[in-house]
Amino acid sequence: MAKPRIATASLAGCFGCHMSVLDIDERILDLIELVEFDKSPINDFKKFTGRCAIGLIEGGCCNAENVHVLQEFRANCDILISLGECAICGGIPAMRNTIPLRECLEEAYLHGPTVHNPRGRIPDDPEIPRLLNRVYPCHEVVKVDYYIQGCPPPADAIWAALTALLSNKPMELPYELLKYD
Amino acid sequence: MSDLERGVREICRSFRGDRTRMMDIVQAVQARYGCVSSEALNVIAAETDTHRVEVEGIVSFYTFLSAQPKGRVVIRLCDDIVDEMCGMRPVAQAFSEALGIPFGGTTPDGAITLEYTACIGLSDQAPAAIINDVPVTYLSSDKAREIVAELRRHGDPRRLVHRLGDGNNAHPLVRSMVHNSIRRKGPVVFAPFENGAALRKAMAMSPAEVIRDIKTSRLRGRGGAGFPTGMKWEFVRAAEGEPKYVICNADEGEPGTFKDRVILTEYADLVFEGMTIAGYAMGAAEGILYLRGEYAYLRVFLEHLLAERRRQGLLGKSVLGRAGFDFDIRIQMGAGAYVCGEETSLISSCEGRRGDPKNRPPFPAQRGYLDRPTAVNNVETFCCVARILDQGPGWFAQIGSRASTGTKLFSVSGDCASPGVYEYPFGVTLREVLTEVGAEAPAAVQIGGPSGQMVGPADFDRTICFDDLATGGSMIVFGPDRDPVYIAKRFLEFFAHESCGYCTPCRVGTWLMKKKLDALLEGRGEAADLPYLEDLGRTIKFTSRCGLGQTAPNPVLSTLKNFRTAYEKRAPARTDGHRAAFDLQAATAEARALIGETTAIY
Ligand SMILES: Cc1cc2nc3c(=O)[nH]c(=O)nc-3n(C[C@H](O)[C@H](O)[C@H](O)COP(=O)(O)O)c2cc1C
Ligand code: SF4
Ligand code: SF4
Repeated sequence: MAKPRIATASLAGCFGCHMSVLDIDERILDLIELVEFDKSPINDFKKFTGRCAIGLIEGGCCNAENVHVLQEFRANCDILISLGECAICGGIPAMRNTIPLRECLEEAYLHGPTVHNPRGRIPDDPEIPRLLNRVYPCHEVVKVDYYIQGCPPPADAIWAALTALLSNKPMELPYELLKYD
Repeated sequence: MSDLERGVREICRSFRGDRTRMMDIVQAVQARYGCVSSEALNVIAAETDTHRVEVEGIVSFYTFLSAQPKGRVVIRLCDDIVDEMCGMRPVAQAFSEALGIPFGGTTPDGAITLEYTACIGLSDQAPAAIINDVPVTYLSSDKAREIVAELRRHGDPRRLVHRLGDGNNAHPLVRSMVHNSIRRKGPVVFAPFENGAALRKAMAMSPAEVIRDIKTSRLRGRGGAGFPTGMKWEFVRAAEGEPKYVICNADEGEPGTFKDRVILTEYADLVFEGMTIAGYAMGAAEGILYLRGEYAYLRVFLEHLLAERRRQGLLGKSVLGRAGFDFDIRIQMGAGAYVCGEETSLISSCEGRRGDPKNRPPFPAQRGYLDRPTAVNNVETFCCVARILDQGPGWFAQIGSRASTGTKLFSVSGDCASPGVYEYPFGVTLREVLTEVGAEAPAAVQIGGPSGQMVGPADFDRTICFDDLATGGSMIVFGPDRDPVYIAKRFLEFFAHESCGYCTPCRVGTWLMKKKLDALLEGRGEAADLPYLEDLGRTIKFTSRCGLGQTAPNPVLSTLKNFRTAYEKRAPARTDGHRAAFDLQAATAEARALIGETTAIY
């Protein structure tokens, strides 16, 4: 039987959650035994190559491209997991949600103390994904099946969740794996 | 020293700089200067030996207090669902147009401020508003325009009252256009009564015997929770700590409830008598009537009744000549906060603080007002107490049903011919009530206000009592054209606004529920929204500290249960896993506009 496939993506995140995936240390070798990595920054696959059992999403949606990637993950993965605070709640990027978009962009590109922008234009190249009015948690854009909290979630929690899902066992995340002080 | 400083200082000193009387102090300052300004905050803090932020916290907590100047006249239009059903929207528009300002605004000459407010206890005469302290009822757009024209002419809200209401509404100390609309009298509350009769009988017994009588009557609290009154009093009596306190909860904030307004207008002596009996039974020396800010128009009249009682020896030193039994009652005004009806929050407010609920235990019966044993009871409960002592516990216990003795007042409003207050024995079926109130085609009834439940025709033969359909009194009737989802949303808005904010599930959860209902109503719903609402509702109920959060999801949960098709028709199943409520075009519209991009995104 073919190995189940896993895909991962970092949307509006800091890659910290991906670092935590790698932080499972040598168990990554066990994971490779269990699964095949599909589209993911870990192997730099840009496109889906087949149906995936699990999609891990780091970060929420701050622009149109994030939305497209997330929708693509939803279409290609049986189970979608919001991994970490940013995916679940928007996290640090969502701090802009209380400030009007215009003010954010003007501060960043027009009025900020270190800005040099003689043409006084907010970047509008078609290649740049358009920003959303606010940062959305993933589950407000697509259906999300599981949430693994933490910033980032501890490697052991990710490991426990993945192995449980892949082996069809009940997920056990003891308190120690989910407390953060 | 500025005028303001001198005046504020004078007010503080009239309360001996007592920090626990902060509510009275800030309200007096607001009444004299129109707001509690930054300078006033400093003076109050200094005079009461507290921090400025304490005072600021109080002013910002209560809707009727303000740190910024408002108009000399403040029009507060009730935006409750019943008012909306009775035509509040056109009235709102008429006010706004006649004044030339939006809601939340003040006319440029500083004369008039226009605001919305939550239910003001006049659902039986909706649409209604309070203008400063003056209730104005049965509004129409024409009346709204007339009111504005008159206020522009003389600026005195009291002169808006052209025709007086019935009964004590016409009393020279009330002079209000409000009507009692007592539609059905029963033997317990709405019955003739002789001042002092019940108190004399109580004082002929020992305090323990009085409590025993209350227990024998099986009286349960009328404020909503239905706690056995005799047991509560016994706890207070037995608790360590002196002095003890009796508080009457006249906050009546549950939308659609107005029976306490009517009791206080016509039967206030019965309430005061019940409180005095409570004082005697528990060994308390002070009673407080916590009167909601919306009922300020009754205050002078109630003060007058209290003075009369003192004159008659029914209050004050040596009540009825009994050496050693001193008992007096003071009125504490609220300032527009629903959560203050919750007893621990009410106590915080009486103590001159923000109306934040407290952790329990300790319960108020152990450590309540000023950390002393305190009994908090509803207005109607005290009426029952007086009547029980007057007529005997056996007489009371044979009225109603076995587990729910006595009568209950219902505040009926909404789609019915005769809104008003009805006194029924417990155990009456909902159908009987609906017939009598002239509900022609009732499709749904909200029992017990937003924090209660909405039931449909399948439940109309159930009985109203503590074990079946429990209610604090509010009963809102909805006809077949009303939309349960929209109603639930309006109630959720109310709770989201009134949440004190301490618990995240209550503060944020009510808002999330409201947003989901918005999506459903705007055609952006999907099947997954229904379990989401149920899950979230359960979480909020389970993780909130006080009764507000523990009941706030009820409008949604009960309509989901009893009117599910209204939700389902707005919640089609989706197969693509996309969220129906997320719209990429709308979410990027602002960014595209900022760079002048006109094409849609795909
Ligand atoms: C949010 C909230 C609002 C309340 N409002 C009122 C009220 O307006 N009047 C009232 O008597 N009880 C109200 N209650 C119930 C009181 O906390 C308390 O149970 C009641 O006053 C006790 O009196 P009783 O035993 O005579 O019913 C409210 C409770 C909550 C949680
Ligand atoms: S949750 Fe924390 S670690 Fe993960 S992307 Fe967000 S900020 Fe980075
Ligand atoms: S449940 Fe709501 S109103 Fe009650 S304490 Fe918590 S936040 Fe405040």
